[in-house]
Amino acid sequence: MSRPPAVLGAPAVRREAREKAAGAARYAAEHTPSGCVYGWPVPAAIPRGRVTSLGTAEVLNMPGVLAVLTHENAPRLGQPDDPTLRLLQDDRVPHRGWYVALVVADTLENARAGAGALRVGYETEEHDVRLTDGHPDVYTPEEANGGHPAVRERGDFEGAYAAADVRVDTSYRLTALHNHPMEPHAATAHWHDGRLTVRDSSQGSGPVRDALAQLFGLDRKHVTAVSEHVGGGFGSKGTPRPPVVLAAMAARHTGRPAKVALPRRQLPAVVGHRAPTLHHVRLGAGADGRITALAHEVVTQTSRVREFVEQAAVPARVMYVSPNSRTVHRVVALDVPTPSWMRAPGEASGMYALESAMDELAVATGLDPVELRLRNEPATEPDSGLPFSSRNLAACLRRGADVFGWQDRDPRPGVTREGDLLLGTGVAASTYPVLIAPSTATAHLGHDGVHRIRVNATDIGTGARTVLAQIAAEALNTPLETVNVEIGSSDLPEAPLAGGSSGTASWGWAVHKACTVLAKRLADLRGPLPPEGLTVSADTREETGREPAHARHAFGAVFCEAQVDTVTGEVAVRRMLGVFAAGRVLNARTARSQFIGGMTMGIGMALMEGSTMDERFGDYAECDLASYHVPVCADVHSVEAQWIEEDDPHLNPMGSKGIGEIGIVGTAAAVANAVHHATGARLRDLPLTPDKTLRALQEAPALSGRGH
Amino acid sequence: MKPFAYVRPGTAAEAVAAYAAHTGAQYLAGGTNLVDLMKLGVATPDVLIDVSRLPLGTVEGVPGGGLLIGAAVRNSDLAAHPAVRTRYFALSQALLSGASGQLRNAATTGGNLLQRTRCTYFQDISKPCNKRAPGTGCPAREGVHRDLAVLGHSEHCVATHPSDMAVALAAFDATVHLHSTDGDRSLAVSDFHRLPGDRPQVDTELRPGELITGVELPPVPTGARSAYRKARDRASYAFALVSVAAVLSVEDGRVRHVGLAFGGLAHRPWRARRAEELLVGGPADREAFAAAAETELAAAEPLRDNAFKVLLARNLAVAVLAGLADGDDQGEEGS
Repeated sequence: MSRPPAVLGAPAVRREAREKAAGAARYAAEHTPSGCVYGWPVPAAIPRGRVTSLGTAEVLNMPGVLAVLTHENAPRLGQPDDPTLRLLQDDRVPHRGWYVALVVADTLENARAGAGALRVGYETEEHDVRLTDGHPDVYTPEEANGGHPAVRERGDFEGAYAAADVRVDTSYRLTALHNHPMEPHAATAHWHDGRLTVRDSSQGSGPVRDALAQLFGLDRKHVTAVSEHVGGGFGSKGTPRPPVVLAAMAARHTGRPAKVALPRRQLPAVVGHRAPTLHHVRLGAGADGRITALAHEVVTQTSRVREFVEQAAVPARVMYVSPNSRTVHRVVALDVPTPSWMRAPGEASGMYALESAMDELAVATGLDPVELRLRNEPATEPDSGLPFSSRNLAACLRRGADVFGWQDRDPRPGVTREGDLLLGTGVAASTYPVLIAPSTATAHLGHDGVHRIRVNATDIGTGARTVLAQIAAEALNTPLETVNVEIGSSDLPEAPLAGGSSGTASWGWAVHKACTVLAKRLADLRGPLPPEGLTVSADTREETGREPAHARHAFGAVFCEAQVDTVTGEVAVRRMLGVFAAGRVLNARTARSQFIGGMTMGIGMALMEGSTMDERFGDYAECDLASYHVPVCADVHSVEAQWIEEDDPHLNPMGSKGIGEIGIVGTAAAVANAVHHATGARLRDLPLTPDKTLRALQEAPALSGRGH
Repeated sequence: MKPFAYVRPGTAAEAVAAYAAHTGAQYLAGGTNLVDLMKLGVATPDVLIDVSRLPLGTVEGVPGGGLLIGAAVRNSDLAAHPAVRTRYFALSQALLSGASGQLRNAATTGGNLLQRTRCTYFQDISKPCNKRAPGTGCPAREGVHRDLAVLGHSEHCVATHPSDMAVALAAFDATVHLHSTDGDRSLAVSDFHRLPGDRPQVDTELRPGELITGVELPPVPTGARSAYRKARDRASYAFALVSVAAVLSVEDGRVRHVGLAFGGLAHRPWRARRAEELLVGGPADREAFAAAAETELAAAEPLRDNAFKVLLARNLAVAVLAGLADGDDQGEEGS
């Protein structure tokens, strides 16, 4: 039998693309069971305190209102792992926007009107929402997110730093950011015969099912969570969120199916944010640029509801030669909404600071920023001493420099002008860890010749369905068209969420295993296919549970050309190139889409995204997409992604590393470094909006425009 | 959103009569701002009088060389109109720099003038705001105000008017035509919007029930070129941090006519009369432009986080005026 053309790596089109483009793909809020009721949540209007009175009776008299759920009457919930889901259980208001009630009505309009009319009395307490590195309540947590130690010390940082030929001591500040996926969080819930079925906009219906079972005291078997299509999440749907819990409460209370779809304005308070981070970075190096001392110390915020510690100093444990190193996370609990996962949590923030500091070190040593990074390539992972399974940062830097035309760069800042514009180029490295979770899957061949793959993966717009079909087709040695993939329901074989850039590796491994076994059984088959076809189940618990003998990370290099308008302070990215080394790329089309999507989000992080804590009220000021600025097409002139194929046998049978997040990592630093090169001004506080750049230009009058 | 009644009159006279006949009425045109405000609970009309389909949808030449723009003309149509593109170039630029293609297709000339501030406190009914709820206070003064006013604000309100179009209209000395049950009258665009003072809830000089029927552009001064430039946080779909509209004609190196207006600085498009007076008859060079802009902006009283707007406005004014004086291709010769 001749082998069909390679399907793995081919730019296969997203399987649901036509459905989505035609509006036929239905999302969580677009399922309306017969008799459905609607819930509209009521956010707390104080920054801290407790609820003292609720004007429930008046609202119950309003047209169509069926129930007003509050801490006084809402179903009692079991203790969740995630305390942000402990909704309507007591009178505490831990931050502004925390839900104090859910109005349930026969229509969305009536629910919203009821919610708007509900009078809530509060006892207000003094609140504190200001993050400073000198905050008296700053503490060192036991660990940072991802199970990373909060503090790591190697060698003698202070001694080596004091003895270094060249020292950089610098601080950076990143504001809070919000994920704001195109589809706001929404859920529909339905109780029937003691069973609960929900349709939820989530990155993982397995965790949703588990949380609901825990909260409502159900056997996991009696809960089904479906996330068929998801309009983006960027981490904010990586954990179960209030809508699905509230919908289930409303449905249980009213005895009818219930739907809760959040208005975008409520998102900033209840579905997480990238925590603001304050970075202190110190680099000591020899005159040759070789780093002898590295300290990256981060202060961040969490809420009073739960501890969440953005692991922003972790990449400094991975990136460069650093015989003497200190990496520290400290945190302060404030009366703010609870921070959570946002694309490349830890890496995006941490690499902005570290890669900006590397640019400062390049300037201080007089070395080219690419060369400086090449000189600091470690032989093994600095923190663990483990060998890298593969590390092609140097190749990414070299290829990128070639393709971008880096060699022609005049290293002097502020010298390239085009009328009122100052032009500059910048580079930064990127990294993201290889994460893999255990998964199960089944593969079935029926008499219709269709190979049915079942796995509870989630496609959040990335192309998961498509790439899983490719993995199956490759393992089965069958044309892609003969593969059918069923995903997005907790009734399917158990699988982890779409998060941590781990989905394809985790689900794909199980799919690959099931298909490989199926292919072998088909090859070994004596006689016809049994009447019921052949089914193989696979579980990767054993393979994925082994302690890896290697440090496994994807790497990349981002090059950027930026222009700074000296009249207005406006910064624009003229062109950007990312070169990534992420194992084997399994679908060229969807991979490119992930890379350039991440890079575009990085432009947003660098230039315009930011959530402003309103200290008086305790909420974030930007609550809609008119005020929370994400890049629009006109901001993105040329973004190109390339990759270096790696043959890494230490990953998974497909040889892939995750690609969903690395695109954003390093991008913000590349832009900021280009702005420094353009202007000579080092701005250390993102985003680089015109107010900040204009001030910097004013302070360096030699660089300002013809307007002066 | 509060339930409301909907009325669609056929003529301007019917519209103003409908307004008089209903309490709690508001005119609805493109709805790009009003409907949002209704969803937010900021606007709570009992009756919407839809004026978007009144016979006010044409752009016509006026004897003597001006242009009469019907109040219902869509922003995208106005921006693309040949007379606007050739003679009132800054207006076309201003329109195209506003909002998004979809919004411009819906938004009207009259509605654009009447859009309300995007101050975050105004749009959030859980917070105080003197403009939305008089007497409750202005949290923006000490709060989040990077985007807000530096000129002409009061202790009661620091909001800015968000329109791009109105800034260009002010620089062109346009006039707003109004109709009411009491008859017709006109106001200069520059005088149409108010400063907040102690009544920030009132944005304009419109009388209750008065309807905008059109905007009239006078002939472009001989030899004048015009340009609009807007600084913002992203390249599209963002309100102006500061914008400038300028109409300039230069003869023998001297300023013969200048119209200059700023957006993003105040509760209304800021007509820079002092700068204009300083410039007319003087040299058309960068030094003069800078001195004039600085004189105009000397009255600025920035808040904690928006002092950059003063420098930005100055830079923009100088760049735009200098570009026009240098004959940059920013507009075609007026007739």
